[in-house]
Amino acid sequence: MAQETQDRVSKKFLYVNRKAPYGTIYALEMLEVVLIGAAFEQDVSLAFVDDGVYQLTKGQDTKGLEMKNFSPTFRALEDYDVTKLYVEKEALQARGLSEADLVVPVEVVSAQRMAEIMEGQDVILSF
Amino acid sequence: MKFGILVNEGPYTHEASDTAYQFARAALAKGHEIYRVFFYHDGVNNGTRLTVPPQDDRNIVKRWSELAAKHKLDLVVCIAAAQRRGLMDAAEAKRNGKDADNIAPGFRISGLGQLIEAGIQADRLVVFGG
Amino acid sequence: MLHTVNKSPFDHNTFETCLKFARPGSAVLLIEDGVYAAARDTAVSKEVQEALKSVSIYALKPDVEARGMQNRVMNGVRLVDYGGFVDLVVEHNAVQSWL
Repeated sequence: MAQETQDRVSKKFLYVNRKAPYGTIYALEMLEVVLIGAAFEQDVSLAFVDDGVYQLTKGQDTKGLEMKNFSPTFRALEDYDVTKLYVEKEALQARGLSEADLVVPVEVVSAQRMAEIMEGQDVILSF
Repeated sequence: MKFGILVNEGPYTHEASDTAYQFARAALAKGHEIYRVFFYHDGVNNGTRLTVPPQDDRNIVKRWSELAAKHKLDLVVCIAAAQRRGLMDAAEAKRNGKDADNIAPGFRISGLGQLIEAGIQADRLVVFGG
Repeated sequence: MLHTVNKSPFDHNTFETCLKFARPGSAVLLIEDGVYAAARDTAVSKEVQEALKSVSIYALKPDVEARGMQNRVMNGVRLVDYGGFVDLVVEHNAVQSWL
């Protein structure tokens, strides 16, 4: 089952995030997949739509919840060569957010552009 | 075709495990190959041998084990998600100083890399969630 | 692309979001609680009829029947069994599951 790196095909992996952080574990465990997946040298993109955009907000302070604040991990993604983070414009606007409210540089795209990005993917992981 | 399947939810609470199982069975009946079934998030709970569901309803864990045995399927439970939720095999239990293990026949515990590998090697990856 | 939706359109925005991102020519398969979107004369039926102009919509028959919706499926939505689900996955380049 295991293959040599030079034989490994490169596929376009898209991680679709639609859930807010902390209320459920999906955001955190999605990130864990992204970090492990980074070692496989695939063409990785992350899409944030609906409440998924809330994963990226600045100023998350989880001390009162006694939960781990994992938002700094988004800044570490760059070190793993995961740089394609797409955020849906309408999702931000509906939530009164702008790019300046986000903890990491992203590409804000329209729903139509997001649909185009999604259509071009080989493997789509939803959590 | 080779299919990879990702199951994100545990047995009974969500329909995900049922749909995934029926899909896998239909795919096999059509002569396709299931490269791997990967269980993540609460999906790891599909791999405990300690369930005792009502007699008049389907036994979700048992039928995954049986399907795996019949078709030599690779059922993988994510180690990180399993550790969070208390799903152990004997080696993991020993390694972590736990006094019991509970993994069901046909399932094995491994890393998230197995999910990525399935995405790479399979022709299609299908996600079943909650 | 094949899209699957497993949530009721009255309970979650999942179906709405899926339609927003499903490009013309793609297929949408309603499964589990998602099959309620296939019912006639609901608050979302008009939206579904509109969507049928650009995407193919299918519903998973065992899920429709389990929910007693088999006599309420609107024209234009095609019922498939699990084998049909498999065929749809094979037919499309990738699957996006909207949860």
